[in-house]
Amino acid sequence: MSNSLIQIAYLVSVCCFIIGLKKLSGPKTARTGNMLASLAMLIAIVAALLDQQVVSFPMIIAGFILGGAVGAVFAIKVEMTSMPQMVALFNGFGGVASSFVALSDYWTPRVDGTDPIVFATALAIGISVLIGAVTLTGSLVAFGKLQGLVSSAPITYPFQKIGNALLFLVIIALFIPFCGDPFPAWPLILLLIASLGLGVLLVVPIGGADMPVVISLLNSYSGLAACATGFVLNNQLLIIAGSLVGAAGIILTVMMCDAMNRSLVNVIFGAFGAADSTGTTSGEQRSVMKYGVDDAVMALENATQVVIIPGYGLAVARAQHITHELDQMLQKRGITVKYAIHPVAGRMPGHMNVLLAEANVPYDQLVEMDSINSEFEYTDVALVLGANDVINPAAREPGSPISGMPILDVDRARTVMICKRSLSPGFAGIDNELFYQDKTMMLFGDAKKIVTELVEALRNGS
Amino acid sequence: MSEFLPLLFTLTLAVFLGFEVISKVPTTLHTPLMSGANAISGITVVGAILCAGQMDNNLAKWLGMFAVAFATVNVVGGFLVTDRMLKMFKRR
Repeated sequence: MSNSLIQIAYLVSVCCFIIGLKKLSGPKTARTGNMLASLAMLIAIVAALLDQQVVSFPMIIAGFILGGAVGAVFAIKVEMTSMPQMVALFNGFGGVASSFVALSDYWTPRVDGTDPIVFATALAIGISVLIGAVTLTGSLVAFGKLQGLVSSAPITYPFQKIGNALLFLVIIALFIPFCGDPFPAWPLILLLIASLGLGVLLVVPIGGADMPVVISLLNSYSGLAACATGFVLNNQLLIIAGSLVGAAGIILTVMMCDAMNRSLVNVIFGAFGAADSTGTTSGEQRSVMKYGVDDAVMALENATQVVIIPGYGLAVARAQHITHELDQMLQKRGITVKYAIHPVAGRMPGHMNVLLAEANVPYDQLVEMDSINSEFEYTDVALVLGANDVINPAAREPGSPISGMPILDVDRARTVMICKRSLSPGFAGIDNELFYQDKTMMLFGDAKKIVTELVEALRNGS
Repeated sequence: MSEFLPLLFTLTLAVFLGFEVISKVPTTLHTPLMSGANAISGITVVGAILCAGQMDNNLAKWLGMFAVAFATVNVVGGFLVTDRMLKMFKRR
């Protein structure tokens, strides 16, 4: 196929990608959007296969079969609770693929001096290898932390920041010998090794609670790596598709940071949790009112509006299905039931929404933080299942590690019902004032067990 | 460097377009957005095909083959898992 026809096919592909992403703006059209984006990818792949440069197919087919099989198995087998790990791993794959393409272009024999390496190409190759390699190893560490293969606690050691900064300077310095004629291989190989190391060192000090930010950022990097590869190959399609991914990652990164009231710099460089936890009110003995299932059932039955606040603990306990059952039983009694979703309720952006969708909870029953907060005043029961820091009123006061973090205002509800194993504090390690208030009903135990008991009690009562 | 200028124009416009389009995606769909972005970052498969499809059997070709494999994991896995998730979103 002639080169201009291929370019036109790429243009059609770009349009399909953009329209596909536009259709992701609503759950009704999103599936079509995803299909349109996969059509865009198919058009691009077919066009690339028809390129005159492509003369031998066995290696390509081998790559397709290998990658296709692995990808399909992942997509079919992955549990929805493990989505963050899968996205982290795929970020890494995208990064490594892009740097391999750049490396391959460097080692492609230039016959008859066509398309020789020039300064600009070398620069693009170096950048592509740098971003791709950092994305690969950074993502593998993030994957290990999320999967529990390595400790999710932040790992810090002396001179960490200075060491990382020095390594980065070394990488920048390696561009100087590499980008000059005759573009030797040794600085490129060193650059690859140093970048692989940098990826590990950058993610190691970041704690498990900050992983949503990290995988969003690495998502962005995998796009930028594709973008840089587009510069290597002089390919507009790679640049456009790569920037779309880059933009998506940046937007999500900023949203996650806002939801925790922390700057990106603070997430990347300030190991959270390792920070000195100024002794709040711990040690002080205060009493909580313990309630039983019967009290809870009575309060729920007399309510007109119930808001459920699901936390990640709920999903881990696989309690979202039984919670949905409780929600339906309450609705049958004419009670309005809504779910309040904090932006960091799961382990990645939008995670809780997917976990509840899996349990057949309709998406229009899920309400974002900003909208639900004005409704707590008219809410009879706020039922907290496995959430802690996101409802802690300490965030409104200065002087607490979570000060300024936007929270769900559950304390404005008439009754707050909290299911919790014990009084232990959450990620941030701060006591929760809410546990001791008069309007609070503490239900101690496993969330799944309590909800199951509530469902049974409601069933027997009716 | 002058040959890069048109590409820089493309890059800049695409970044603006990306922010415009993606900021309209509601938070409910952010996880599918991320897995979909995984799939789209597999666009590098286009470059990988050109590398793996060359005549001589050499290092460049092998690197290309692995690049095709990794990028295809993203493309196939990303689009399939996104579809699997989006199927679950239902209205009341």
